[in-house]
Order: sequence, then C-alpha cells, then structure tokens
Amino acid sequence: MAENPQQPALATRPLSPHLTIYRWPVTMMTSITHRATGMALTGGALILAWWLVAISNGLDGGYQQFMALAASPLGMLVLFGATWSLAYHFFNGLRHLAWDLGYGFDKKLAERNSVIIFALSALSAIAIFAIVWTGHGGYLQ
Amino acid sequence: MKSAQTPLHRVKGLGASHSGTGHFWRERITAVALMPLSLWFAYAAIGLAGTSTSAPLQFFAHPMNAILMAAFVIISLYHAALGVQVVIDDYIHSTGMKIFLFLLVRLFVIATGSACLIALLRISVF
Ligand code: HEM
Repeated sequence: MAENPQQPALATRPLSPHLTIYRWPVTMMTSITHRATGMALTGGALILAWWLVAISNGLDGGYQQFMALAASPLGMLVLFGATWSLAYHFFNGLRHLAWDLGYGFDKKLAERNSVIIFALSALSAIAIFAIVWTGHGGYLQ
Repeated sequence: MKSAQTPLHRVKGLGASHSGTGHFWRERITAVALMPLSLWFAYAAIGLAGTSTSAPLQFFAHPMNAILMAAFVIISLYHAALGVQVVIDDYIHSTGMKIFLFLLVRLFVIATGSACLIALLRISVF
C-alpha cells in the first residue's frame, strides 16, 4: 500500500471494532442461541416422531429399543441437549414476545435478563433430568 | 418521476419481498400457542420417561392426550417451518437455492408431522 500522508489524522479517527477483538455482548449470545436452539428443536422433531411411531407399533414393536437407546450415554446427551434447547427457546421466546410488545429494551435490563435466561434454562434441564434420574418421572403409569 | 409499478402492485404495497407481515404474525401466534402446549409436553414426557410400552399406549389412547399431542406436533412444525424459512432468507442469497431449501423444509415438516399424526391415530383410534 502506498504511503499515506495523512496517517496521524487517520489514526485518531474512531475505528469500528474488528470482529476478532470485539467483546461479544451477552445479548448477542442469547440471540444466536435462540436461532441455534430453534434449528436443533426442528431436527429434534425426528426424535418425537420416532418415539410416537415406536409406541404405535404396540407391545414389542421397537419401543424397548428406543428406550434402551435413550438410556445410553449418547442418547442421554442428545435428550439433555433437546431438553435444554426447549427450555432455553421457551424462556427466550417469552422475552421475544415481550420485546414485540415493546417491553425490555433497556440495555442493562436486557443484559441481566440474558444471564437469567441462560441460568434458568440450564437449571430447568438439570431439574428435569434429576426428576427422571431419581425415579420421580414415569408417573403416568 | 412516473412510477414503473402497475396499479395492482402499488395497491398491494408489498414491494420486492412478495409478502407482508403475515409470516411474522403467524410466527408469533404459533409461539403463543406453543407456550402452554410445551409445558403440557414436558409434563407428558417426564411422566412417561422410563415406563414400559403399555403406559404411553394407555396415555395416548385417551382422546384429550392424543389431541394435545397432535396440536403440539402440528403447531411446532408449522412454527419451525416459518422459523427455518427466516434462517434461509438470512443466509442464502440465490433464488434457486432458496426455493429448493424452502421446498425441502416443507417436505421435512410434512413427512415428520404425518409420521407423528398417523402414529397417534394408530394408538388412539385403531
Ligand atoms: C416453547 C414454545 C416456543 C416459543 C415461545 C417460541 C418462540 C419463538 C419466537 C418468538 C421466535 C421468533 C424469534 C425471532 O424473531 O428471531 C421463534 C423462532 C424460531 N423457533 Fe420457536 N418457539 C417455541 C417453540 C419452538 C419449537 C418447538 C421449535 C421447533 C420444533 C421452534 C423452532 C423455531 C425456529 C427454527 C425459529 C427461527 C429462529 C430464527 O429465526 O433465528 N420453536 N420461536
């Protein structure tokens, strides 16, 4: 690049932050996570379909295999991801609807709510897994 | 300057996007409906976790439970198709690819939804 005669003046001009050194605001994280969980849940619909089809096949119709797979480490990881995704998308979806009504745009409030939503969704997913793990699920016998 | 728009185009007022706020509005309506439905879904899924086949068979044999599950499936997949369309709109800029992916998403939700609904019918009706 050619020598710029106005180098000093340019250097003091405010520059737009470069992506790689830009501090990610937590609200940006919540926004992209809403999209990611929405896409994950869309794929997760396949698990729901699989579960319902296995049930509809009746006794000894693949339901036991589904349950065995669900209880395997990989199955539990996927189900935990799906549970957290739904919890996150639920809480943040609630906030989206509040935004649509014009509430919650204050910067500090939006940042605080973002942290709350991450924490609340993680706690919900852990609580649901704890309920099932400690044998308090399956109450619809 | 005289506009190149036809009178019909001007009256519709939709411009280059070909559609108005309908998509946005349907995404919100389905989101509102999904809030109670997903709470019910969590109740049902936790309640059926780890049971043997007869528990979910009996649960979905009850018409109310089958209807609620069908509503959750239909409204989720409708909401998902609307949502994924926005994601495609944001990242894919060639019209041909866009239309191809829109069709693929519709195929996905119709196939997945049909599988769920036929399964529910088999359990609760037949
Ligand atoms: C639990 C109830 C739910 C609520 C309250 C909810 C709410 C919302 C809202 C308000 C949006 C629009 C966000 C935006 O404008 O950027 C959205 C987007 C989306 N939702 Fe949901 N949703 C729910 C459940 C689901 C489910 C079950 C699925 C999948 C099966 C899903 C998939 C999506 C997708 C793919 C998007 C598009 C994401 C994007 O544009 O970034 N949602 N949801």
